[in-house]
Amino acid sequence: MHYLKLVFKNIFRHKLRSLLTLAGLVVAILAFGLLQTVVNAWYAGSDMASAQRLISRNATSLVFPLPVYYRERIRTVEGVTAVSTSNWFGGIYKDMTPANFFAQFAVDHENFFDLYPEFRTNPEEILAFKKDRRGAMVGRSLVDSHGWKVGDVIPVQGTIYPGTWEFVVRGIYEPKDESTITRQLYFHWDYLNEQIKKFYPRRSEQVGVFVVQIADGSRAAEVSQAIDKEFRNSLAETLTETEKAFQLSFIAQTETIVMAVRVVSFLVIVIIFAVVANTMAMTARERLAEYATLKALGFGPGFVGALIVGESLMITLLGGALGIAATFPVAAGFKAAMGSFFPVFRVSAETVALQAACAAVVGLLAGLAPSIRAARVRIVDGLRYIG
Amino acid sequence: MSAAAGAGKPPIVRIAHLAKGYRRGGQDVPVLFDISLEIPEGDFIALMGPSGSGKSTLLNLIAGIDKPDAGELLVGGEDITKLPESELADWRASHVGFIFQFYNLLPVLDAFENVELPLLLTSLSRRERRARAEMALALVGLSDRMEHYPNELSGGQQQRVAIARAVVADPTIIVADEPTGDLDRKSAGEILGLLRRLNEEMGKTIIMVTHDWHAVESARHVVHLEKGELVDAPAGHP
Repeated sequence: MHYLKLVFKNIFRHKLRSLLTLAGLVVAILAFGLLQTVVNAWYAGSDMASAQRLISRNATSLVFPLPVYYRERIRTVEGVTAVSTSNWFGGIYKDMTPANFFAQFAVDHENFFDLYPEFRTNPEEILAFKKDRRGAMVGRSLVDSHGWKVGDVIPVQGTIYPGTWEFVVRGIYEPKDESTITRQLYFHWDYLNEQIKKFYPRRSEQVGVFVVQIADGSRAAEVSQAIDKEFRNSLAETLTETEKAFQLSFIAQTETIVMAVRVVSFLVIVIIFAVVANTMAMTARERLAEYATLKALGFGPGFVGALIVGESLMITLLGGALGIAATFPVAAGFKAAMGSFFPVFRVSAETVALQAACAAVVGLLAGLAPSIRAARVRIVDGLRYIG
Repeated sequence: MSAAAGAGKPPIVRIAHLAKGYRRGGQDVPVLFDISLEIPEGDFIALMGPSGSGKSTLLNLIAGIDKPDAGELLVGGEDITKLPESELADWRASHVGFIFQFYNLLPVLDAFENVELPLLLTSLSRRERRARAEMALALVGLSDRMEHYPNELSGGQQQRVAIARAVVADPTIIVADEPTGDLDRKSAGEILGLLRRLNEEMGKTIIMVTHDWHAVESARHVVHLEKGELVDAPAGHP
């Protein structure tokens, strides 16, 4: 009790110094949390991937399509329970600002949503979607950000597939949980294909990828090999991988940036460690005579060392708590500013735990060296010290 | 050499052939040579001598905050030179009361908390600690300043708080290093009066390092040190 009282009173002996150190800690822990959240947001797509879904794409490159008739042959592979199709559309809604960006996919309207149980749908809306060739299913987050409702017509300017395309919102899918991204628009692949047939017949009857549902996630590698074997030596060989691996292959293209963000987040912690360590070293040096007095009175070196480490820990935990508290509103503001660039941008429990752990480790390490020095100082030398 | 004037009383401090040196700039600098001294219980000794004579070093050794290179040093019958560091800290907590020239109060604690500090190392209850600390502060006439912080007290008052802190755990000996060195004459007089009272009325053994001849007059006996050796008192002085 007296120990904590002494530690707490010591913190604010140099108010300006302590407040500046606290301010630095708040900024550092906040920056660390924000950068970690950016990294997590980068991986959000792969986090929602299912172990029971495989993606088959053209082995040469994702930009090359696959013939749609592959679907029937993939369905015959042992272990496969369902096959759907998905095709990146890449249209522009209104303009190219981040706020108006969202992904559009042409999918097999008959069974696509059966393969994605994390998208919670209304059976009546799904039926309406299936019946309407121009119908579209839109995610809750996207609907909310644009104020759309069922029945609205969404005009999209095609880039890969030129022309103005109009989709009618027939249903809104809800997320299963916070990790589910609901910022996409799905429409009929048949609608896309029939338009292509009219204007670019050579590009018709093709899809971007096949979404393959398998019975047993532990057999993913085996089933993937079986699918690829089926199309070996054909004009369009396939490359089949788990949905997570497929998502991660996109992230791999920006791996260096993600790594840089991650490194910077930890550098921030190293810098604040140097600041706190300097503060604690100055503090302990100034109070050497006091520590010597305590030791002369009979307090052990452990008590003296614990006073310094305790003070260091209390400062960093206080700064850490304030930094963590500030992370949530700042992350919300960041997400709003970034529009749909990061569909899932939330401060995770792991990030908060990391922030708290960093604050604690910085506090412990920053207090360690001065506490050892104070604990070891000879009483007669300490008493002579004028701080 | 014996400082014993209290004939019949057993020595509370017995020093035999004590030697101490320091290593400075790669050289051994001897500070104390073959000191032998006995201080009886209830005595009030003034350690005098020019700067560098070794008086503070001798006081530090007696107080157990430094270790001799050679010799015996028994306080209350216990050879403190043989105690390991942790036991020596415990020994200091229960046997030595410290009074420093610059008071050495903790600035973040008020007068009461400073006085209570040595009692935190005892098994006394919170209530007992409070009673003892209040009594010690009453003894030095600062009952009305218990909640004042050191920076709200004058130098003399701070030294009185330090004296209260020195006596609160009822130590075997009180060591005072230049207790009036930082005080004006009036405050110094009050502090010396207090030390005399502690010695005469409460029977406390006090060992005081001082340069101040006025302070010496408060002591029962004077021990002179010159160049690390005990010498006879200069002519005309106690």
